[in-house]
Amino acid sequence: MTSTLTHLERLEAEAIHIMREVVAEAERPVMLYSVGKDSAVMLHLARKAFYPSPPPFPLLHVDTTWKFKAMYELREKAARDAGMELLVYQNPEAIGRGINPFDHGSLHTDMWKTEGLKQALDKYGFDVAFGGARRDEEKSRAKERIFSFRTATHGWDPKNQRPELWNLYNARKAKGESIRVFPISNWTELDIWQYIHLERIEIVPLYFSAPRPTVERNGMLLMVDDDRFQFNNGEMPVERSIRFRTLGCYPLTGAVESTASTLPEVIQEMLLSTTSERQGRAIDHDQAASMEKKKQEGYF
Amino acid sequence: MASDVIYKTDDLIASDIDAYLDVHQHKSLLRFITCGSVDDGKSTLIGRLLYDSKMIFEDQLATLEADSKRMGTQGQEIDFALLVDGLAAEREQGITIDVAYRFFATEKRKFIVADCPGHEQYTRNMVTGASTADLAVILIDARKGVLVQTRRHSYLAKLLGIRNMVLAVNKMDLIDYDQDRYEAIVEEYMSFAASIGIDHFTAMPISGFKGDNITTESANTPWYHGPPLMAHLETVSLDHEGDQAKAFRMPVQWVNRPNLDFRGFSGQIATGTVHPGDAVRVLPSGKTSTINRIVTLDGDLTGAVAGQSVTLCFADEIDCSRGDVIATADNPPEVCDQFESTIVWMADDALIPGRAYWLKLGTQMVSATVQAPKYAVNVNTMEHMAAKTLELNAIGVAEISTDKPIVFEPYADNHTLGGFILIDKISNATVAAGMLHFSLRRAQNVHWQATDVSREAHAALKNQRPKILWFTGLSGSGKSTIANEVEKSLNLMNRHTFLLDGDNVRHGLNKDLGFTETDRIENIRRVGEVAKLMADAGLIVLTAFISPFRAERDMVRAMLPEGEFVEIFVETPLEVAEARDVKGLYKKARAGQLKNFTGIDSPYEAPEKPDIRVNTVEMTPAEAAEYIIRQLMPLK
Repeated sequence: MTSTLTHLERLEAEAIHIMREVVAEAERPVMLYSVGKDSAVMLHLARKAFYPSPPPFPLLHVDTTWKFKAMYELREKAARDAGMELLVYQNPEAIGRGINPFDHGSLHTDMWKTEGLKQALDKYGFDVAFGGARRDEEKSRAKERIFSFRTATHGWDPKNQRPELWNLYNARKAKGESIRVFPISNWTELDIWQYIHLERIEIVPLYFSAPRPTVERNGMLLMVDDDRFQFNNGEMPVERSIRFRTLGCYPLTGAVESTASTLPEVIQEMLLSTTSERQGRAIDHDQAASMEKKKQEGYF
Repeated sequence: MASDVIYKTDDLIASDIDAYLDVHQHKSLLRFITCGSVDDGKSTLIGRLLYDSKMIFEDQLATLEADSKRMGTQGQEIDFALLVDGLAAEREQGITIDVAYRFFATEKRKFIVADCPGHEQYTRNMVTGASTADLAVILIDARKGVLVQTRRHSYLAKLLGIRNMVLAVNKMDLIDYDQDRYEAIVEEYMSFAASIGIDHFTAMPISGFKGDNITTESANTPWYHGPPLMAHLETVSLDHEGDQAKAFRMPVQWVNRPNLDFRGFSGQIATGTVHPGDAVRVLPSGKTSTINRIVTLDGDLTGAVAGQSVTLCFADEIDCSRGDVIATADNPPEVCDQFESTIVWMADDALIPGRAYWLKLGTQMVSATVQAPKYAVNVNTMEHMAAKTLELNAIGVAEISTDKPIVFEPYADNHTLGGFILIDKISNATVAAGMLHFSLRRAQNVHWQATDVSREAHAALKNQRPKILWFTGLSGSGKSTIANEVEKSLNLMNRHTFLLDGDNVRHGLNKDLGFTETDRIENIRRVGEVAKLMADAGLIVLTAFISPFRAERDMVRAMLPEGEFVEIFVETPLEVAEARDVKGLYKKARAGQLKNFTGIDSPYEAPEKPDIRVNTVEMTPAEAAEYIIRQLMPLK
C-alpha cells in the first residue's frame, strides 16, 4: 500500500528540508527576493517550511531602481502576506553616479546587483543567503552546489566547493565567510510554472499577456515602463500584446509577443516554444562561460 | 532516426493544456547516475536523452551546432557531449571534472541525472552523485568490454547502496550490432557483478551517438527483446516507495514554537509512514508519546510517508529537540557511540587517525574520531590492502567512535540514519563520507558505572572549583617554568593542584609514543583524559605541553564542563624561543637530527581566542604567573 510521491511533492519536500537545515544551523539567514516567479515559489516554500511560525528570517531585495513598476507593487504585498520583514538595499555609489542600463552597459549589473548584494550582506551581517537559482538555467549552474560556499570577500571558487552527499549539508564556516543556498536547484522552469499553477501562487501580472507599449531594439522587445526610457532616433513606442518569461531591470528584459493571458496558456506556450528562458536576458550573451565568470566575481 | 518519439510536443499541449497539466503533475521522479570514462560516450548519451526528450531549445541547439564545428570531436555532426560539459576549464580539457545535474522529463517521469566523471581521481565525485541515486547506468564501450573502470564504477554504485543497475553496452554501431560480442560482454560482467554482491542488473545494447535503443526499440538489434533505456527508466521502482515499508523514523530538524500553545517537531520522514494516534519513541532519550497532529500549511494530514517534510505534534509534553529521532515506539533504532564503518576520503589532507572531526548524521552533529583503518580497498581490484591512513579518494573500513551516543541504523537498512559526513574542525571542509555498518559490542557492553561521591562532592571538600589550566606554546617558550610558578602560588593559597608536564609524562604514561602527527594527537588525548579524571577528583590541574594543534586542544575543552578548561597561550616569537634553546633542541632540529619539531618542520597552530595570553618577551616568568593568578580569581 505504497503511495508514490509526485515529482513536485518530492521537490517541495527537498526544498523545505534545505530551508529548515539553514535555519537550524545559520546564525543570521536571509532570503534574497527578486519578485520574480522563482522568488514567489521560494517565498511560498518558506511559508510551508515553518508554518505555523512565520519564516524566521527577513527578505532582502537588492534593488536597482530599474525594475518594472508592477514588481515594486507586488514586493510589499508579498512580504506583508507572509508576515516577514522586507529589507530593500540600493548601492549608494550607484545612486550617486546615476548608474543606469541605458548609459552604462554591463556596469549597471555589476554596480547595482553584484556590488549591491555584497554590500547588503556585509551591512546586515547575513551569513547565509537563500537564492532562487536553478541548475537548469545555464550550463555552469548545473554544477553549482545547493550550499555554495563563499569566501569573506564573497568569491566563488569552483575548485573549492564542498561535496554534498545524501541530504547532508555542511553549513559550518569561519567568521566572515558566507554560504549561498539554493533550495530549488533541482527544479526546472516547467516545475516552477506547474507548482505556481497547482499552489495558486500570486505572481507579477507581467508574466501574463496584455497590450503594453514596446520598442524593438537589437532583436529584443523592450517595454516602455516609465518616462526614464531613452528612445533612440526614430524609435516610437508601439503597443503590442506581450508577456515576460523572466523579469529583471525593465530596459534589459526582452518580452515575447503572446496572447497567453492565463497560467495554463503561458505553460502551453512555454512547452511549444523553442527558445530557452535566459535568452530574454542581455547578461548571458557576452560569451559562452559568461555566467561562470560573473559568479566568480560574486554575482548571485 | 531513433528519435522519432517526440515527448514534448505531445498533442495534449496544443489541444487541451489543462488535461496535459493534470497528467504531468502526477509524474514521479527518478534520480540516476551515469558512470563511464571519457571515451565511453557518457556525455553523448546524456546529450542524446536531453535531445530525444526535446529538452533542448533552438537557441541552445544553435549554440551547440556552432560549438560542435568549433571544438567538437564528431566532425560535422552534432557533438552531444558539448551540451553537458559545463565549466570553462572542463570544456578546454575535454573532461568532466565535477558532478553536473541534468533534467529531462517524459510523459511518466521527471529525471534528474547526475553526470559523474569516470577517472579514478574523481572517485569522490562519483560517490557524491551516487549518494542520491535510485539507479546507475554503467556504460561500457562495446569495442573494449569490461574494463578496470567498469569494475570500479560498479563497486562504488554497490557501496552506496544503489539497487537498480543498468549495464548499457554502448557504441554498438561501431561493432556492427554484433550479438555474440554483446552477449560475451554481458556474461563477463555477470560473473564480476556476482563477485561483489550485485545479484541483479539489466543489460541493454545501445548507441548514444546513433540513438539505438534509447527511446525506441532499434531495428539494428532485432535479437534484443528488452525495453529501450528510456522505457526502463520510466518504470523501474523508486527507493522512496521501498522506504515506506520500513519502520517509521524521522530526524528532528527544528522545533517549531510560534507561541506557548504550539510545539511541533519539523523534519523529513526518512522511512515508514506516520498517522495521528501512532505510538512513538524519541531517541536517544527513549521517552514515548503519541502523534497528535501532522501539521502543514495546507491543513492537518491524516497520514504522511517517507520523503515528505512535515511537522509532528505529540499528545504529551516530552523533551525533543534537533538531533533527536522520532521513531515507532515498539521498534526503535539503536543508540551507540562506537561503530564499524566504510569511509570514503574526500580531502587533499589525509585522514589523521585519533583526531577529532565533526560527524554529521541525519540532523545529529557530534565529535568523532576514526581509528587507523583495518584495511583500505583497492577500487580497481576490490582487494583489501593494509593502510595506516586514507588519502584523497581512498576507501577504507575503520572503527569510529563518537563523543556521545548517536541514533543510527546500518546504512544498508537506512541511508538517512547510516550515512554520514566528516567535517574538519579547523577548515570546516567536508573531508569524508561514510556508511555505518554495525555498532561494536564493546560500546554496548561497557556501561558507565555510577558512583555515589560526585565530582561536585570532591570539589566541595577541597573548597575550590576544579579547573584545567592548559599551557600551550612553542618549545622553549617558558610553559613549564610559568606553570611551575603558578602552581607554587596556588599552593601558598591552599589550593589542591597537580602539574602534568610534557617531558615528565613522556617518561611514563606516554613513553610508547613518538612525535608523528598521529602520536602527538594520542599524547594530548591521554593527557586530556588524565587531566579530566583529576578535575573530577576536584583538583586544579596545570598542564604544560606544546599541544600544537587547535583540534586537540578543542577536544580536551569539549570533555569538560563549560568554564573549567582555561587555555593559556604562552606567546613567544619563534626566533626568541630558538635563541633561548634551553634544551638544545632547536639546534638539533635545524641540523636535521630531530624530525617533526614544532616551529621548524611541524606547524604550531596558535590559539585564536585563548582564555589568557602571556607574552614572555614583555614579562618575566614571575610576572606572567602573577598575571595568570589575577585572571583566575576568584578561585571558588
